[in-house]
Amino acid sequence: MKIGLFIPCYVNAIYPQVGVSTYKLLESLGLDVDYPLDQTCCGQPMANAGFESKADKLAESFDNMFAPYDYVVGPSASCVGFIKDNHPSILAKKGHQCQTSDKIYDICEFLHDIIKIDSLKSEFKHKVSIHNSCHGVRELKLSAASELNIPYYSKILNLLKLVEGIEIFQPQKIDECCGFGGMFAMEEQAVSTSMGEDKVKNHMATGANYITAPDSSCLMHMQGVIDRQKLPIQTIHVIEILSAGL
Amino acid sequence: MNAKHTKAAERFLENKDHAAWHNQTLWFVREKRDKVVKNVDEWEELRELANQIKAHTISDLAKYLEEFADNAKKNGIIVHWAKDAQEHNEIILGILQKHKAKKLAKSKSMLTEECHLNPFLIKNGIDVIETDLGERILQLMDQPPSHIVMPAIHLKRQEVGVLFEEKLGTETGNSDPTYLTRAARAHLRNEFLSADVGMTGVNFAVASTGDIVVCTNEGNADMGTSLPKVQISTMGIEKVIPDHESLAVFLRLLARSATGQPITSYVSHFRKPAPGNEINLVIVDNGRSDIVGNKSHVKTLYCIRCAACMNTCPVYRRTGGYSYEYFIPGPIGINLGMLKSPKKYHGDLAACSLCMSCNNVCPVKIDLGQQIYRWRQELDGLGLANASKEKLSAALNAVFVRPSLFYNAIKVGKMLKYIPRPFIYNGLNDWGKGREIPTFAKESFNTLWKKGEIKKNKKL
Repeated sequence: MKIGLFIPCYVNAIYPQVGVSTYKLLESLGLDVDYPLDQTCCGQPMANAGFESKADKLAESFDNMFAPYDYVVGPSASCVGFIKDNHPSILAKKGHQCQTSDKIYDICEFLHDIIKIDSLKSEFKHKVSIHNSCHGVRELKLSAASELNIPYYSKILNLLKLVEGIEIFQPQKIDECCGFGGMFAMEEQAVSTSMGEDKVKNHMATGANYITAPDSSCLMHMQGVIDRQKLPIQTIHVIEILSAGL
Repeated sequence: MNAKHTKAAERFLENKDHAAWHNQTLWFVREKRDKVVKNVDEWEELRELANQIKAHTISDLAKYLEEFADNAKKNGIIVHWAKDAQEHNEIILGILQKHKAKKLAKSKSMLTEECHLNPFLIKNGIDVIETDLGERILQLMDQPPSHIVMPAIHLKRQEVGVLFEEKLGTETGNSDPTYLTRAARAHLRNEFLSADVGMTGVNFAVASTGDIVVCTNEGNADMGTSLPKVQISTMGIEKVIPDHESLAVFLRLLARSATGQPITSYVSHFRKPAPGNEINLVIVDNGRSDIVGNKSHVKTLYCIRCAACMNTCPVYRRTGGYSYEYFIPGPIGINLGMLKSPKKYHGDLAACSLCMSCNNVCPVKIDLGQQIYRWRQELDGLGLANASKEKLSAALNAVFVRPSLFYNAIKVGKMLKYIPRPFIYNGLNDWGKGREIPTFAKESFNTLWKKGEIKKNKKL
């Protein structure tokens, strides 16, 4: 099994430690992991703003880059969801059949569903509030969406429970959007900020010291609110917790 | 990036307490919906079934409309067809004039809002009385609805108290809900008694029997139509459903999705006029038949107007119905507005973070979020794309397609060399109003990998 490691542009630039944690954990499981050099962006920011035409070249080079691997794994539910749901139709317009959409996984999904890990060497003695990111929940179905009448499950919760010493909480409005949404955060800055402030408040009300998510983009947005208001809570990617102690 | 919604949203959010109250009020309705929905084990199957019934009906709409109209006529209902809003309004005025009617008691209908019926009738000398409590409050305030099911949800009871003091002569400073409701009831009772014609919207039109079904909580549709000899009901062509079995599915979904009630207090079935009375039914197209052939957006015709998508929408809850340019706000309104006129209403497309919660609450499973995404793609071809967003997207693309440029740009402070200055400043400025800007790491993952620091050093 050869795994191609997908490190999205903003994780690469702002949160390289999230990429490193992903690599370390996969490697500790004895998996064959490769990082194709010089990756950039999946095209989501431009496409969500209405410009798939400014994202099709990126989709094409992404697909070519990752086609040779058995699995593509990345630490960002939103980017993975975008590739899964939108790359096939974007590429079809160019007469290119998407080869990666069926084998791309968010790292948490991959650990939970494909590797099916049932133990971890990780220890994290902190109170953690799970941020159920929109695209993680509603595109990748990492947990049961609060709107649906289906039995509750959460892959993130299952994984975090394997960590020694952790105390896990869930906020009120369990999977309400944090307000990031790519260019939405700039275009509708007032609404976006208000959503971010409410979200951080709900996480803080659990008594947690950390907000954790499978998406660094939501965490980046909430961290912006936390830093502006100097709030006593921090953000951390799920994979950093799962690999803590490695 | 200054869509009208954006500016209106900023104004709405200036009053933080009021905005928080509005958000919580709508969230309360979403929570009520969640609770009642979770008591129905087969909820998700019902949604799927409703989706399939709508898909089937819309795919054979002409057949079902004819079947419905034939049966309604057999039952003695007078059926009128209107191709657009103007015809709709003229037909209704014609009926009123034929009966020399001066006063019309009207129950809630979003279609009449769409057609601007009230101003047209008032201009022609008709006294139009809205009899739904929320609609009546707004009529007295000369405001449009801000929500399609709870039209006055943006008002606090104190504001209604002040309005009633002025308009209905209630006690000064009394905003007790029971007191105000009783005052409204007494006031409306007189209007019901003196109306010449009663009017309703239509929730469902049953093809197999010709029945018109109207759902209300206040019984105002029944009161308004039982007293006068003449009734007018008005419906869009998409309201037709095959039979009573289908109706049972929709009735289980509608009120639960809308207000968290198992069913509305009144579900009125109108089949035939009482002896000596008259029921007129106006069936309106007003652009709907164009949507039937629009693959990307045909599902908007499935909508049963429950407003669950508004109640869950984090943007609607924080910005209110008046922030949108189209008269129907929220996810379904954004899509319906675009179908009405992209040129007039494309600004509403900004009001979405693509969280997709709307898809999951929709009782007929309309892909509301994906449709908004698709409309954004279509703007460029319509010549309506936002120039700033397009330039920013082009600049990002130009950097991302050349990895060496990207990895140079993310070295601290280099971004300005690659992305035009105004876009960086405008974008970061908008981000920076309420949030700190993230900083780039000293070295990217790519650089660390190239230097061999990730693979060789397992104890990073």
